[in-house]
Amino acid sequence: MSAAKSEGPLIFGLMAEFSDPDELVQKAHQAYEAGYRKMDAYTPFPVHGLPTALGFKWNWVPFIVGAAAIMGGIGGFLLQYWVSVIAYPVNIAGRPLNTWPAFMVVTFEMTILSAGVLGFLGMILLNKLPQPYHPVFNVPRFEMASSDKFFLCIMKSDPKFDMVKTRDFLEGLEPEGVYEVDQDDDNVYD
Amino acid sequence: MQLGQTEKPIGGDLPVVEPGHTYRSVSEKISNIVLDIRTPLGWFVAFGSGSILLMMYLISIAYLFAYGVGVWGINIPVGWGFAIVTFVWWIGIGHAGTLISAILFLFRQDWRTSINRFAEAMTLFAVVCAGLYPILHLGRPWLFFWLLPYPNTFGLWPQFRSALAWDVFAVSTYGTISAVFWYTGLIPDLAGMRDRAKVPLLKMVYGMLALGWRGSSRHWHHHQALYLLLAAIATPLVVSVHTVVSFDFAIAQVPGWSTTVFPPYFVAGAIFSGFAMVVTLLVPIRKLYHIEDMITLRHFDVMGKILLTTGLVVFYGYVTEAFTGWYSGSIYELFLFMNRFTGHYAPFVYLLVFCNLVAPQLLWFRSVRTNMTLMFILSLIINTGMWLERFMIVIISLTADYLPSSWALFIATPWDWSLLIGSIGLFIVLLFLFVRTLPMISVFEMQELIHNTEHGH
Repeated sequence: MSAAKSEGPLIFGLMAEFSDPDELVQKAHQAYEAGYRKMDAYTPFPVHGLPTALGFKWNWVPFIVGAAAIMGGIGGFLLQYWVSVIAYPVNIAGRPLNTWPAFMVVTFEMTILSAGVLGFLGMILLNKLPQPYHPVFNVPRFEMASSDKFFLCIMKSDPKFDMVKTRDFLEGLEPEGVYEVDQDDDNVYD
Repeated sequence: MQLGQTEKPIGGDLPVVEPGHTYRSVSEKISNIVLDIRTPLGWFVAFGSGSILLMMYLISIAYLFAYGVGVWGINIPVGWGFAIVTFVWWIGIGHAGTLISAILFLFRQDWRTSINRFAEAMTLFAVVCAGLYPILHLGRPWLFFWLLPYPNTFGLWPQFRSALAWDVFAVSTYGTISAVFWYTGLIPDLAGMRDRAKVPLLKMVYGMLALGWRGSSRHWHHHQALYLLLAAIATPLVVSVHTVVSFDFAIAQVPGWSTTVFPPYFVAGAIFSGFAMVVTLLVPIRKLYHIEDMITLRHFDVMGKILLTTGLVVFYGYVTEAFTGWYSGSIYELFLFMNRFTGHYAPFVYLLVFCNLVAPQLLWFRSVRTNMTLMFILSLIINTGMWLERFMIVIISLTADYLPSSWALFIATPWDWSLLIGSIGLFIVLLFLFVRTLPMISVFEMQELIHNTEHGH
């Protein structure tokens, strides 16, 4: 539908294939130094130093987990306080209603529960998952990104992107192959 | 040399991974267990016998629901029969999984890599088996949601000063966090399964489960941060669960229960039985699927040492318990001690001493730790011993407390046994379904391990 309106085939970007993770880190550095910003790398396992090389500095996950832990802990305690002091006070030989030491176990459990579950949801949302379709899957070689190949992709949305120059640049990195990444619709992906 | 190939074995003379593995060979070998190779006969035997036991479990539950908890051997004073004994046993077994995946991750123990996925699955299924027991043990199990705090027309709320209410939160949090941790680790490997699968339907199913994971560095950036944090929060959690379970006993007044040594003693016992269960399961499975090159003798050597250590901690727990009983001067505590060794259930106690204290001493020898047959037999002995330990704690204490006129023996009925053995069936069925459908070794962590070894990171 909307794809028909635009002219020519839609391109997501250009992708280069490498065989060695450490080589990929070094090449990602070079691309960053050449001025490319809108790019991503795809690897079968986490490669140390790659996010830094691509210029990812900020990580929200620890903040989400921390905030969720604090919220869960406070919420867990308030729940018990409200139940035991306000909603359903039980007078046991005149003992205090706010028996906070006895509330610590559930407070602790709620802290952990909230941190884990919200942290997981945060990770999923920050990664924009679930996302069954993504243009990179159009590259046939991309299947190897979960096996033993390492890919660097410069996106068309990068201001410096140019079909010819960027291809030349990627070829200059001595990859095992450079592929055009087709896109089937005109949505914006990153 | 092919890229990604390991040059030297990892970790001394007994390697964590046999040399010769590459990124690709690891990924293919592990996914082929599910996707390609013919299901071995042993799988059908195990799954089949598990299914038979599961049927027995379902029948036992149906009978229990129809006739009530009176079908068990429980009575007054022994209200907590096999249900609580086995609940504590199963929940303890789960502990090894979290210990392996979280605590050993924080300590950077490379040998955990090839067994963490499997052990986490074991944890999940053990928690399922455990969690069902207290629910079945409720007189009216269909009202189990009364345990949770929710607004209701009675205006009633749980008693948060009760260890039983803490237990509900501890076990459900433990189950949830274990599932989240397990799934977080699975996502990248599910994407690998999607890419390896040839049947379109399988591709779609694994693809959906992988949520569209592409291994992008942005993904890994967030994923790894979460993984580390989950390990960090699961570490206090694993210690807390059995601590809270032990509070069920420790804050009561029954002789033999009311003791401060229970929390650490329960946690050590949990890890002891959990590692025994990991050994019980891994010995046949690594042979069945020929993964001796990934789950090596090194793993069994190390797990043997952990079993020995935790076994000795449990031994120390027994000694402390006996000493404080004697030192307290309480005639009830002294009687309990004598009742254990000379009373009606004394044979069980002697068997327990053999299983948990005598037999594990063989683990001092490396030749025993690296002998699969002996390790398998020892692990079964230890698990029996740990079940007996919980029997000793729960049942013997309850049969004879303060007032002789209220004493009564507990005699298990066939329905007690069928539910116990049936729950093992549920565990086996879930575990073998997992082995058949999901990558049982974490592919991306194995590749990372190979990468780190190769580059000496």
